Amino acid sequence: MEIEFDEMHLRATKLAAIRGEQAIFSDVSFNVCAGEALIVNGENGTGKSTLLRIIAGLLKPSSGEVELNGGYGELSIGEQCHYIGHLDALKSALSVEENIFFYGSFLAGAEASRAGVLDVLRQVRLDHLRALPAGLLSAGQKRRLSIARLSVAPRPLWLLDEPTVSLDLASRVELEVLAQSHLERGGLIVAATHMPISFSQFTLLDMNEFHP
Amino acid sequence: MKLVFWAILCRDVKLAFRQGGGVGLGVAFFLMIIVLLPLGIGPDLALLERIAPGILWVALLLASLLSFDRLFHADFEDGTLDILMNGPIPLELVVLAKALAHWLTTGLVLVIVAPGLGFMLNLPVDVFAPLLITMLVGTPGLSLIGAIGAGLTISVRRGGLLMSILVLPLFVPILIFGISAVSEATIGLSPFGPSFMILCALTLATIVLAPVAAAAAIRASLL
Repeated sequence: MEIEFDEMHLRATKLAAIRGEQAIFSDVSFNVCAGEALIVNGENGTGKSTLLRIIAGLLKPSSGEVELNGGYGELSIGEQCHYIGHLDALKSALSVEENIFFYGSFLAGAEASRAGVLDVLRQVRLDHLRALPAGLLSAGQKRRLSIARLSVAPRPLWLLDEPTVSLDLASRVELEVLAQSHLERGGLIVAATHMPISFSQFTLLDMNEFHP
Repeated sequence: MKLVFWAILCRDVKLAFRQGGGVGLGVAFFLMIIVLLPLGIGPDLALLERIAPGILWVALLLASLLSFDRLFHADFEDGTLDILMNGPIPLELVVLAKALAHWLTTGLVLVIVAPGLGFMLNLPVDVFAPLLITMLVGTPGLSLIGAIGAGLTISVRRGGLLMSILVLPLFVPILIFGISAVSEATIGLSPFGPSFMILCALTLATIVLAPVAAAAAIRASLL
């Protein structure tokens, strides 16, 4: 799945978000170019997750706009991104393999092959557990399985919300390698995190500055 | 696109059979109502025979209500809905696939067990066929209308009751024309008379309109 993405560009202008009556952030603007990562920092409650959900089109900003230039013009940003949120989006009654098989078929729009699913599972070191119901996995393993979703279908923009939570050191390094190779193919990453992640090219966005 | 639709359908059917509270619960509830009612009414066979089609229809409505609150709420809770909303097919088609899976695992299953329960209510033999056909035509409409209610109450915790109150009044047209199609058949008219045609029209209309309404409801309650 070595796909090079077209030259793309994510731009947010003067975003603001209100949850309930409370203004969370205002006047957030940033630019992310192809092959670049944006690390979103900030204390709890400064709107890191809200920002990612707005980019994914899962929330409406109260003002401002996000646009993704280049790529596939007719698709929304949501349809061109992988969103890894706080929730693992796994079905505990389905096996590890069936979970990935579903996302493979759903996100790629093509029947996922067994070999392809096994490859993806091997990447996150869960291939030996493929027949186990996902509900029995540990928190870190669930996280790894949900990160495996990034590999089932190529999408140019990755939105990672605290991707390293409950991951052990080895898995964290694997995630960095995965993300690095995505950037090298011309992909874009926006990651909200407290943990330091090392990317070759990244800009920092400190949400504390925009919090009223 | 067909594949994506198929993937959602297969996953939901699989989940319904694997998780508790799926297929078996509706059937058990259906059976319970049919068993309890004659006990309450008394052993008057002539009366039971007359009201059997109505009881079966109402029990079917109530039994199909049980599983609606899981229709989207389960996906909302575990974060799957975030991904379904940004998939390669529009949310309307996701809703249609999920409603179809709901029909296969609830409506269709209830229709299959209905004849057995009909015997317990002394349902006349010649009413079996028209009753089953009207139920078969009406139940997809129920699943789709239920999807609207499930979409509206998606972010409400324990929204099952609220959803029942929202959805049951919308079931009324299907109930009325389902029953009147059965009675047209029992008084010797063709079972495919005007009431049956209207029932078909209702279901066809929900197939077109309900996915749009349910998708709008989901977007409205999430965005």
